Amino acid sequence: MIVADRLTKTYGAHKAVDDVSFRCEPGSVTGFLGPNGAGKSTTMRMICGFTPPTHGTSTVNGLPYRDLPNPGREVGVLLDASAQHAGRTGFETLAVSARVLGVDRKRVLGLLDRVGLPPEAAKRRVGDYSLGMRQRLGLAHALLGDPAVLILDEPANGLDPEGIFWMRGLLREFADRGGTVLLSSHLLREVEVIADHLVVIGRGRVVAQGSKADLLSVAGVRVRATSSAVLGTALQSAGLSATPAADGSFSVDADTETVGRVAAASGLILTELKAADGNGLEEMFLQLTAAHHEGVAA
Amino acid sequence: MTTIAEQVSTHQRNVPAAPSLGRLTLVELRKMSDTRAGRWLLASIALVVVGLVTVRVFAGPSDTRNAEQFLAFATGGVSLLLPVLGILSVTSEWGQKTVLTTFALVPRRSRVITAKLLAAVAITVMSVAVTIVVALAGNLAAELLNRGGGWNLGLDTILYAFLFQLLNMLLGIAFGALLLASGLAIVLYFIIPTVWSVIGGTVAVLKDAAGWLDLSTTTAPLLTTSMGGDEWARLGVSAALWVLLPLTAGLIRVLRTEIK
Repeated sequence: MIVADRLTKTYGAHKAVDDVSFRCEPGSVTGFLGPNGAGKSTTMRMICGFTPPTHGTSTVNGLPYRDLPNPGREVGVLLDASAQHAGRTGFETLAVSARVLGVDRKRVLGLLDRVGLPPEAAKRRVGDYSLGMRQRLGLAHALLGDPAVLILDEPANGLDPEGIFWMRGLLREFADRGGTVLLSSHLLREVEVIADHLVVIGRGRVVAQGSKADLLSVAGVRVRATSSAVLGTALQSAGLSATPAADGSFSVDADTETVGRVAAASGLILTELKAADGNGLEEMFLQLTAAHHEGVAA
Repeated sequence: MTTIAEQVSTHQRNVPAAPSLGRLTLVELRKMSDTRAGRWLLASIALVVVGLVTVRVFAGPSDTRNAEQFLAFATGGVSLLLPVLGILSVTSEWGQKTVLTTFALVPRRSRVITAKLLAAVAITVMSVAVTIVVALAGNLAAELLNRGGGWNLGLDTILYAFLFQLLNMLLGIAFGALLLASGLAIVLYFIIPTVWSVIGGTVAVLKDAAGWLDLSTTTAPLLTTSMGGDEWARLGVSAALWVLLPLTAGLIRVLRTEIK
């Protein structure tokens, strides 16, 4: 269980994180989504006690991170896959932490194998690792203390498609066994497959959060007919809020049955009628990204 | 509701204990020697001290070739590079960003720094033990070659050598904690004594000051076992300035700084 309560971080006049609150429940994966520089990493660093918040509090398993006696046994943290000593071997990196955690050394080889780092790779120095291998090592490190909570910042960075698929499976299984996962990403597609819950952040503020099902269903339906003009008039006269797209289709804020009835009443031939899968969220996300870049440019 | 409450309380009881300071110290000792840089540094220290003692067996005035002199000579040799190990034990965490791991596992940062200081003391003790062995081996070689000898080695000489080494080591850690950057800390560590000797040699006023403020001047009597009340006072003042002050400031910086 992770709770962020009104977390705020200001650097001078700049609000990097502004009043961010959310909860991550056991048995679920929470996707922390936002463009680069939106405040995801800063929020995660505040939760892990690396960055003192200007206002607000956060807890992991009911305690502020810094008050956890042996945090590695309760929370697996991976904030930066490149934050490993280049001169240490992969095996030694985990073995050192295993000593701190009080975890059996034998666990290390098993874990390395589980994340796809065979013994030959484990013997090499981390400096020779690719980013993907470092992500795998970082994930093994996060899992080392057999924690119930995982906090991962952009864990898919540098992984190949097969690696991303593998990681999704691992995190899904972790959550299904009752674990709590918070993972950040700047790619909607990446998290929407795995997350149960989404927290969308832009310019330091939470712009949307809720279950994935809720957030995606607000998108309504996408409809297209042989005659775009007639469809537009019909939807308008039915009092439905419809947004035309360039390809002649409409996004309608209603369910498929309502739109279908309107079309039938006007004798229209529909060529497409479906629940808009996440497009609403994607549009919001794109607007957020665009707004963010404008903000940066200004 | 009761089930949840029970689960919570079970969880609370099973919370793993924090790692002990002894365990953390062993971990820090291990971290000084399990990287390529660390191993090279330790090998270099060994090479330097063995090389210097070997040279000393064949060179220099023979009436000063005895156990005490060999120890002082070897200690000086070890002190050239050992403090770099102390510097790197702090700065490499920032340079390699391993602080993100170290402080994620031990969020009470003062415990990590305490463990690093204890590890520094431990490695200094070990280094003095090795130094004694090398120095005595040199002395034995000198005696066998009829180039000296004299086996008188007082406990005070050994303790002074330890203090000399420890002050330099702590100076390294203090610089590391204050600057949090390997290159800068190492360069300053080596440059400052040189700067002192240059300006101390040219400016008369500063020469007097150096007697109180230049750590390399005030620690020199430790190696000649010639510590009197005046020497201790000078050593105390310079150690406060160069070790205690930067160590305190560095500690405050490490405890407060934001880790990125």
